[in-house]
Amino acid sequence: MKITRETIEHVAQLARLNLTEAEIVKLTSEMGNIISYVDKLNELDTSDIQPTAHVMPLKNVFRDDEVKESFDREKLLANAPSKENGCVKVPKVVE
Amino acid sequence: MNSGGRIVELFELTAHELKDLLNNKKASAVEITQSVLDRIQNVEEKVGSYITVCKDEALNRAKAVQEKIDKGESISLLGGIPMALKDNICTEGVKTTCASNMLNNFIPPYNATVAKKLYEADTVLVGKLNLDEFAMGGSTENSYFKKTCNPWDLERVPGGSSGGSAACVAAGEAVFALGSDTGGSIRQPASFCGVVGLKPTYGSISRYGLVAFASSLDQIGPLTKDVTDCALVMNAICGHDPMDSTSINSGYPDFTKALINDVKGMKIGIPKEYLHGEGLNSEVKNAVINAVEVLKKLGAECEEFSLPITEYAIPAYYIISSAEASSNLARYDGVKYGYRAEKFTDLLDLYKQSRSEGFGTEVKRRIMLGTYALSSGYYDAYYKKALQVRTLIKNGFDEAFSKYDLVLGPTAPSTAYKIGEKIDDPLEMYLGDIFTVSVNIAGLPGLVVPCGFDSNKLPIGLQLIGKPLDESTLIRVGYTFEQNTEYHKLRAKI
Repeated sequence: MKITRETIEHVAQLARLNLTEAEIVKLTSEMGNIISYVDKLNELDTSDIQPTAHVMPLKNVFRDDEVKESFDREKLLANAPSKENGCVKVPKVVE
Repeated sequence: MNSGGRIVELFELTAHELKDLLNNKKASAVEITQSVLDRIQNVEEKVGSYITVCKDEALNRAKAVQEKIDKGESISLLGGIPMALKDNICTEGVKTTCASNMLNNFIPPYNATVAKKLYEADTVLVGKLNLDEFAMGGSTENSYFKKTCNPWDLERVPGGSSGGSAACVAAGEAVFALGSDTGGSIRQPASFCGVVGLKPTYGSISRYGLVAFASSLDQIGPLTKDVTDCALVMNAICGHDPMDSTSINSGYPDFTKALINDVKGMKIGIPKEYLHGEGLNSEVKNAVINAVEVLKKLGAECEEFSLPITEYAIPAYYIISSAEASSNLARYDGVKYGYRAEKFTDLLDLYKQSRSEGFGTEVKRRIMLGTYALSSGYYDAYYKKALQVRTLIKNGFDEAFSKYDLVLGPTAPSTAYKIGEKIDDPLEMYLGDIFTVSVNIAGLPGLVVPCGFDSNKLPIGLQLIGKPLDESTLIRVGYTFEQNTEYHKLRAKI
């Protein structure tokens, strides 16, 4: 699959990244190389092969719904870049 | 301690040797920690293993352990041993950065399960170790903070992403370390720095508190000076953990029981594609062939076999790991913790600007690759395809293990390369993972032990790959190899 400048701009939007002009140019070329290498996978016929998302036979892990001690609010907020009155502060999102 | 007329410093010793000194009252836990801290003082400027050194906390902890010993209380086999953790393993109250500007000031409010277990075993945390940002890379050059140098040649990389972990053990800046391995990030640096590194079976070590990169591949493991220490650390950190839903709930053996100097009748398979593939450095190849001869002489049955899917492992790995990374790293949005940009226009721009300034080049590249592979219209072509190839890779190993007790090969195609040599070519850097990624894709354990040196006196590591949950066989073969060779006794001269 060909990687164009438009592809990079679209994917950056999906990934919530603001790329500089230099980054867009560099990534267009680098991702192009990586993707054309990855296209090697198409040499393999996998039409009858089940995908493996996880190597272990994973099942849902259930536990009893018990009240347990939780984290201290101040301790968790200590890492927040901006806070006010015991809450994380963000820019206004509703008009 | 005296050996061959030379005074051996405490920091040079293994955990089991130090334990003997502690038991015989020939050294105190405080003296041992002080020796390691002095070593850090002397060589850290050159090596650069650490992001954070916890000097006072380490000495206080060592004092507390020594008081326990003095009172005659029993302590674990690793009690009083100074160790260090890769800086993507959460430590309560101690900064955990992932070598990223994004987590520059992040102080975890909790301990990773492995950190908790090591504290409970009375080990002494000396500090937190450098890595490629978010564990993405193979040279530790992608760290936001600093370069780490290979103790065997300071102009060369220590490997990565657990480069700080391998370099610090090789330099005597900690007795052992923990790293994490998503595509070879414990084994390749262990090979480059001449130490023992184990990537355990997926699910055998809790990932709770390990900052996630690619959740179906990530696994924590030890980097140590010899196989005996590897078994001791494994005993301390493995086991089921309700805090990790992928943790395997089965009985775990005492790994020290596998420290047996005997490989008679052991069936060992060597993939032709590993030994005769393009790009394998001839000195590395010869070291591996010599290692096979050593094991044969000791009674192991070694033969070559074909693992034809090998060449597809890297493309499959980079799709799967980048897809998982793009999803895992979506949490860094500049809101609840981590870096927040100073200037932004609205909430969406806060996300974008914080992520753009907080992440480095390689992390952005992987997020982009993963987002692309998961995006509408490409999901089947890339992500699903890679998962189907994963099935084929797993089947290939299942078939091999129906014939062999373990699989043996090189760890990396080359020895440590020069700092800066590969940093401008991401694809070439990725190709260095050819012998390690399959192990993560199939969830298998892989042990690396030193097996030689090249003409530049750079270490070479032998990789042993086992059946799921069969670390014991790897430890047994690694131990036997070690008992019959001298490579693990050599130390980097800094």
